[in-house]
Amino acid sequence: MSKVMVVTSGKGGVGKTTSSAALGAALAQAGQNVVIVDFDVGLRNLDLVMGAERRVVYDLVNVVQGDAKLAQALIRDKRLDTLSLLPASQTRDKDALTEEGVKMVINELREKFDWVLCDSPAGIEKGAMLAMRFADLAVVVTNPEVSSVRDSDRIIGMLDSKTVHAENGGKFEKHLLLTRYSPARAARGEMLKVEDVLDILAIPLLGIVPESEEVLNASNFGCPVTLHNPASAPARAYADAARRLLGEKIEIVQPSAEKPGLFSRLFNRKAMA
Amino acid sequence: MRLIAEGLKDRLTGGRANMTASLIDTAQTPSLALRMDSSPLPLPAVRIRGRSFMALIVVPEAPLEAWFAALDEQLRRATGFFTDRPVIANLSAVQDDETANLPALLDALQERGMRLVAVEGTDAARLAGSSWAHLANLRQRLEDSRQTAEGRALAIPDDPPESAPEPPPEPPALPSLIVDRPVRSGQAVIHEHGDVVIIGAVASGAEIIAGGSIHVYGALRGRAIAGLKTGEAARIFCRKLNAEMLCIDGVFETAEQWSEALNGRAVQIQLAHGALQFSTLD
Repeated sequence: MSKVMVVTSGKGGVGKTTSSAALGAALAQAGQNVVIVDFDVGLRNLDLVMGAERRVVYDLVNVVQGDAKLAQALIRDKRLDTLSLLPASQTRDKDALTEEGVKMVINELREKFDWVLCDSPAGIEKGAMLAMRFADLAVVVTNPEVSSVRDSDRIIGMLDSKTVHAENGGKFEKHLLLTRYSPARAARGEMLKVEDVLDILAIPLLGIVPESEEVLNASNFGCPVTLHNPASAPARAYADAARRLLGEKIEIVQPSAEKPGLFSRLFNRKAMA
Repeated sequence: MRLIAEGLKDRLTGGRANMTASLIDTAQTPSLALRMDSSPLPLPAVRIRGRSFMALIVVPEAPLEAWFAALDEQLRRATGFFTDRPVIANLSAVQDDETANLPALLDALQERGMRLVAVEGTDAARLAGSSWAHLANLRQRLEDSRQTAEGRALAIPDDPPESAPEPPPEPPALPSLIVDRPVRSGQAVIHEHGDVVIIGAVASGAEIIAGGSIHVYGALRGRAIAGLKTGEAARIFCRKLNAEMLCIDGVFETAEQWSEALNGRAVQIQLAHGALQFSTLD
């Protein structure tokens, strides 16, 4: 039974594309057959983050408009056999997508893959609407700051009303992925606490991804962070989130401020003494 | 300076010259009195327009006593029916009766409030010498109007019954709207005819508008607007106050206007002496 999952947030720059790539790769690493669809027509990024930018021939718009077959547009990841990408068009805009066309593409992808991840554009306009339209569940990517949280709240409201699943009376499954979480700043009270975000959004927590240079490095390298450096804290957080999506019960550990090294601890002790 | 003065003088004299010229112009304007001796003025064209009005045509029939009795009965129930309506008397049905006093018949119609503007179906001789002789006689040729009175038959509508004042309708029950899920940012819950109960939080950027009171069993972080119908009697209750704006019966306050100490607490808000009054519930 395949699942269509939209990765969305409302606000831009919170880590939708990074999270799509990392979760998609983590699911693929766990043996699932995964495709990630870039819905950000006109501002495509996913191909860069996945390191496939030089292999794009056809894109989502070509398939939606019937100019290319799905198989021609799908790009299989070189590192993971079970991971594919359906890129967006950079030269078109969101109006090139039609609901009928998207529905057709999603249905075709459902037959081929276990997981169809829809990487939503920012905003609440047509692109974002179509990305969520045929989804079965959503990962809401949120940063621990007020504007991101409020935009996520708005998106959650739309997931509950504008998706086909919700319109058919179903309860739409939503998961919160808290990204760019800085334990040090949270400790200083400069960020919203995890509890505050959960209190406001009132949806189950899928994972907390700490703010880390590793994420940026991986993006620049054109590789999902879970593949690039699987041992890093964000990669482990994404891998755990993927396993939770697959139904495993794994306790969510709130990232703590990085433990100071032995020497600095000794130094601190001396300083205190 | 001198130049300016010169220019000014020029302009002044010029101005005076203009003034004189215009005075002469005025004097030369053809006036009616001047013209009367010479050629006659062309008269303005008199405009005449045609327009269709609905006139009521009454057709008195013999026996006249019975006909008037029936008319009186109808008019008793429809008092204003002939008011300000032009009425034409079609006398074709009584024309042949040599004994009928047609001027008296018309008098009788006028007494009943009809404004007679014309007769038809009679010849002028029958009205000659009476006060009705001046009436326009629309169709004198009897056979024209005798065949039919023409026009659309109208029923005289009764006056609306002066019924006893109806008992005031029962005030309709004000149903509450219960929303048992959180209200998300950008969503609005509008219920103009009663209370709104939210089981869950109202997010920042969400809006609740109620005819009556608003109850939020959760955090109120958005806007609550109460009392659209019930006015100042409405109240707002919430388990945790973090609202952006509160409004009862048009009196509103934004978050910066109320005490910071109230935020995060269970609060009820009501309207007292034209101002919002906050009281904590725990």
